[in-house]
Amino acid sequence: MKLKQLEGIISQLVQFQNPKIELEQYSTGAHIASRMLYMADSSYDDISGKVVVDLGCGCGTLGVAASLLSADHVIGMDIDADALDLARENSLELEASIDLIQGNVASFRIEGVQVDTVVMNPPFGTRQKGADMMFLSSACQIANSTVYSLHKSSTREHVKRVALNNFGAKTADVLCQLRYNLSALYKFHKKQEVDIMVDLWRFTLQKAI
Amino acid sequence: MRLLTHNMLACNIKGVTNGFPLGIDATRVETKEVEMNPDFLKHIFPKLRWEAFRAAAHSLGIDNLPEQVDSNMLLDEEFLQQFHHALLEVHLEEGALICPETGRRFPVSKGIPNMLLNEDEV
Repeated sequence: MKLKQLEGIISQLVQFQNPKIELEQYSTGAHIASRMLYMADSSYDDISGKVVVDLGCGCGTLGVAASLLSADHVIGMDIDADALDLARENSLELEASIDLIQGNVASFRIEGVQVDTVVMNPPFGTRQKGADMMFLSSACQIANSTVYSLHKSSTREHVKRVALNNFGAKTADVLCQLRYNLSALYKFHKKQEVDIMVDLWRFTLQKAI
Repeated sequence: MRLLTHNMLACNIKGVTNGFPLGIDATRVETKEVEMNPDFLKHIFPKLRWEAFRAAAHSLGIDNLPEQVDSNMLLDEEFLQQFHHALLEVHLEEGALICPETGRRFPVSKGIPNMLLNEDEV
């Protein structure tokens, strides 16, 4: 599948209607999601034929994209039942085979079958301090080989240091910087549109098999 | 939720040491055919906890999986088909997952298990 094709398909997904501020529910735009997953697949071979978990999947954008790129098994996890209903609708609509789980990232563990890759667009931690790093910590425990994640560029040094020193990452690299366009979803957004710069990260883990 | 996902889930209540495998109380099960990918089945087979998988399949009404398995069986087309069906085509849509240690039930609705814990369980 070509990048444009992938972007076209996931731009049809239903996005949040009533986003919840406490969960920092910002949809991952089709532009960013398609590039993230396309790069993970075509440059690093981390999606096709793999077991993939979308952590904090929201309406399921990244998980659906992974499924479209022939991931062998995709699990989407989120704390919010309304988001999971949307994810379910989206995966049925696109005939993407995703299993969904309602759970809390902080206490979620995987048994048995190993997860190869975690893809996520975590909360940036602006409303609930530390939420971004809590997601990353959990992702590094769940994934057996690779984690793809988005973090605010302003936190770059911190993310790198903590991932390498505390979360067991073997490598931590920014693949590219993206402009994240937040349309004025919430009342506290005074401007009509807010652009923030985010980094697309790739973390590799080395675990005994 | 399919049984491959079930094989990856455990009860994470604080203090629980044997939270795997979760029992299944199925009230509605759906079957959706998908294309078989033998390479994936061979890749996943050694990682799967077979006993848990077989017991889970049993609670969804699938009784044709053998008790003892080895990787040579993956060359057998009939076995592959049964394995594929139980692992990836059968969906638990409504019911509950049950912690083997505490009996705590995790409801499954519209195919989505609710694994959220209460405050006193974390």
